[in-house]
Amino acid sequence: MGTAFKETKLPADAPKSQKALAWVDDRFPLSKLWNDQWGKYYAPKNFNVWYIFGSLAMLILVLQIVTGIFLTMHYKPDANLAFGSVEYIMREVPWGWLVRYMHSTGASMFFIVVYLHMTRALLYGSYRKPRELIWLFGFATFLCLMAEAFFGYLLPWGQMSYWGAQVIVNLFSAIPVIGPDLSLWIRGDYVVSDATLNRFFAFHVIAIPLVLLGLVAAHLIALHEVGSNNPDGIEVKENVGPDGHGVDMIPSHPYYTTKDLFGVSVFLFIYSAVIFFAPEMGGYFLEYNNFLPADSMKTPPHIAPTWYFTPFYSVLRATTSDFMWVVMAGVAAYVVFIWLRSRLSYKTKIVITAIAVVLEIGMLFLEAKVWGVVLFGSSVVILALLPWLDHSPVKSIRYRPDWHKYVYLVFAIAFVALGYLGTQLPTPAYTLIAQACTLIYFSFFLLMPWWSASGRFKAVPNRVTFTPH
Amino acid sequence: MKVVEWRGKPVWILRRTPEMLASLPKNDNLVADPKSEKPYQMDTPDYAKNETRSRAEHKDVLVAVGICSHLGCSPSSRFAEGPQPNLPDDWHGGFLCPCHGSTFDLAGRVFKNKPAPANLDVPPYMYLSDSRIIIGKDEKGEA
Repeated sequence: MGTAFKETKLPADAPKSQKALAWVDDRFPLSKLWNDQWGKYYAPKNFNVWYIFGSLAMLILVLQIVTGIFLTMHYKPDANLAFGSVEYIMREVPWGWLVRYMHSTGASMFFIVVYLHMTRALLYGSYRKPRELIWLFGFATFLCLMAEAFFGYLLPWGQMSYWGAQVIVNLFSAIPVIGPDLSLWIRGDYVVSDATLNRFFAFHVIAIPLVLLGLVAAHLIALHEVGSNNPDGIEVKENVGPDGHGVDMIPSHPYYTTKDLFGVSVFLFIYSAVIFFAPEMGGYFLEYNNFLPADSMKTPPHIAPTWYFTPFYSVLRATTSDFMWVVMAGVAAYVVFIWLRSRLSYKTKIVITAIAVVLEIGMLFLEAKVWGVVLFGSSVVILALLPWLDHSPVKSIRYRPDWHKYVYLVFAIAFVALGYLGTQLPTPAYTLIAQACTLIYFSFFLLMPWWSASGRFKAVPNRVTFTPH
Repeated sequence: MKVVEWRGKPVWILRRTPEMLASLPKNDNLVADPKSEKPYQMDTPDYAKNETRSRAEHKDVLVAVGICSHLGCSPSSRFAEGPQPNLPDDWHGGFLCPCHGSTFDLAGRVFKNKPAPANLDVPPYMYLSDSRIIIGKDEKGEA
């Protein structure tokens, strides 16, 4: 039972705004929400430049929703009209070109910012206990973002839209038994067609954005519940000062408001430069072949997904039938390694072995195509397991052994290389490199329980590293 | 080569020269399923279960659904022989899928160790006259 309702009494000469706020606060926790979520949300004082990408992602989310609403007013989700309506927006609708370029550039910017945001988490161990749920909500947001980008990419109904959707929907057909019917169900037709366009439109403009907003809210609520991590990976809440707040903590407003506003200005500078001077970004943000209307009779000679999907796409493409022998050897070696070097219980080890045996048998009998899709999916999903794979006694890279930095570097190079290779036509040499990078990518995660815990760790200080300006 | 639409998909009708037909046996050891014996998405008609994958009355004409058995892209024609980008040096002409690099010979047979698991589908078809062909229908009825 709550306390009885009580109207806040203010002196008669109090400003009108103060009276209005008091009236609202009595009926809705407006000031409380603001203070809990931002105004009096205390955060570590040693945030560096890596900490602006969260707010930037929020800004881009708002920009995408607003520009998206205006695009919807002129776009026609119909296979015969879609391509023309996008060109109509570009040429006839007043400022339509700006809104469209803001939306298309915003998509790529969203991924740049989110990838940097995730890199920050990786560097400073922001996913570690007690922030596992923040990471999982963030991971789900990333999945939604990928779905949003994929559904949205079909809408202009260009050549890349059409064939990209064709390939991705057909990925599902690789699943044994139910696959072909599943991809038919997703497409709503035997080929990518008007039915597919209409449902993708529905998912892009309402279904996914709703889920996305819910997940972002959950991500922030969880963050503000446990508090932010920081570049030193120190739990600042454990060292409380006389004012009841952590001695190394400052309120987000005005300190991080000003910092974020500066970050926003730098971001808008770059974002506008792309929109006004290089909206296609050399074919990476908007692919040239997508300025040709969809033609179901002819696949463009060079087809690649937009850049933000290419690392995972490379993993898919690297999975050829002879690479499967390497994967099988890798799985077998991993099981042996777990038996020799892991402290997991006997029972868990048996379960892992049983799963591995089933996988090995599957790899012998099912086509490489199936496993390409499995590895492609795993390369994304494995990110979700980070909080449980990382066994390092310290959170931040600053206090890890120096050789850990090289491990991260090799991983980063492999990830970027996969991304680059995904934009290129496959050649035997490129395929070999992609296969090597795929092995590095998975080893980084699967061997993390061991490498992240070994080496000489540096002493973590009690107070954060901070130089006043 | 003529491309026609059938069930929303491209169907290729390719008249192969005697040299092109002569190149097919050279690929027998390089393709995954030289005699098209595996089960396909669409049952291969009996008259196409041969090396040229064509009907006896017009052995030179290949009729195939131009959709790669991997993830559904339409492979592009690479009829010139010899070494060239993205293709092996002993290339005798065929098709290259731009999406994941699967290669097919001039009978639509997939080369070994490529992402695509199966040869290109041959639809039911028959000749109405020497110069007219109908896709999707043969002596056994309409597909």
